[in-house]
Amino acid sequence: MNTVEFWASRFLEMLGGLGVSLQLTVGALVMGIPLGLLLALGLLGKSKIVYYLCLALVEVGRGAPALVVLYVVYYGLPILSLRPEAMVCAYIGLTYTTAAYTSEYIRGGLKAVSPGSIEAAHALAMPQLDVLRFVLIPQGLRVAIPSLMGFAIQIFQATSLTYSITVREVTAISYSIGSNTFRYLEIFALAGILYAVITIPATWLTNKVEARLALRH
Amino acid sequence: MSGFLAVLAAVPITLLVTIGAFAVGIVLALGLTFMRRSKQPWLRFPAQAFVDLARGIPPIVWLLFLYFGLGMGVIKLSPLQAGVLGLGVVSAGYLAEIFRGGLLAVHKGQYEAGEALGLSAWTRYSKIIAPQAFKAMLPALATYFIGLVKDSSIASVIGVKEMVFTANQYARRSDDGIYTFFLAAAIYIAVSIPFAVVARRMETKLQESAK
Repeated sequence: MNTVEFWASRFLEMLGGLGVSLQLTVGALVMGIPLGLLLALGLLGKSKIVYYLCLALVEVGRGAPALVVLYVVYYGLPILSLRPEAMVCAYIGLTYTTAAYTSEYIRGGLKAVSPGSIEAAHALAMPQLDVLRFVLIPQGLRVAIPSLMGFAIQIFQATSLTYSITVREVTAISYSIGSNTFRYLEIFALAGILYAVITIPATWLTNKVEARLALRH
Repeated sequence: MSGFLAVLAAVPITLLVTIGAFAVGIVLALGLTFMRRSKQPWLRFPAQAFVDLARGIPPIVWLLFLYFGLGMGVIKLSPLQAGVLGLGVVSAGYLAEIFRGGLLAVHKGQYEAGEALGLSAWTRYSKIIAPQAFKAMLPALATYFIGLVKDSSIASVIGVKEMVFTANQYARRSDDGIYTFFLAAAIYIAVSIPFAVVARRMETKLQESAK
């Protein structure tokens, strides 16, 4: 069997794994970004207690490697007498990492909103919650979009780390195919291609969006 | 307790992987940078492809590819060699982007002035461009290095006996092995927090000077 035939024979299995990787990416982003927004608001708010609590959560999440976060969840939850599936641990770990990193991008975006538009909203006697909802958050998030897209590419790559806590995503599947057939070189090359086919165009798209938003400002 | 000591004893390996990969990355990235700035498309395109693949494929896949993939063939790599080389390849991609940004930050007039004075290309780059570019990219280099300390943990998957590998051995063996991971996490955080503090201070200063 030559390389192309070998790849073809394993392609569906690999695509299934890639599906799991994408599912983890989407899950981490959908749960992590709103949490990141909350952390960012906590960091910009007036309460000192909330500020330090959020700061600790962010610095621990950004300071510890994503792999260590995953292991802590994976080995830590059983101590609390919980026995979740590996996939649940992966969602929890990646969501926390996402929240910690995106909070910094969102905070940067929120800080970029001109004080004038917030003062204007206050002058119109808008309630504080409405100022957040209609003025601060929409404008701030728009500024953060390119960094958030860049992060989405990073967290997609980081889903490969869940291989080490036994999640059956594409890297884990490549490894098990490799150890069954001893064709490691070819199967990891295919895994690399599958990742690159997603990340490289996504990077182009991010650069395009960044350039367009930069033009507008 | 023995787990804690073992994790501490693995700190030098973490540093070795990080510094080794950074050194490999810098050397490769310098070559890539010159290739990407070349007028020859046959130099430019492969360099660009290398950068895109280095950045677009997860480090863990690079490591498995080098260790198991190439290791099955002619080149036998030890886990440490594969770890340093693989993370070095990934670093090369990111560092090449940082170098590109640094060179772009140097004003065009500086290049032109060097040429107008009839300086050789070597003198122009080493005496005029590189020192200015280096200053511009220092924050990005420092950030990348700290990121690499954390990414060196990925070398644990191919059996490099650094902090996370060691913590994992203990976690598998005992019920309270989680605590060795807390220690590992604390060490990584201790390394990255001073940088985070400096970055926050600089941000505040920049804002104040902008006002």
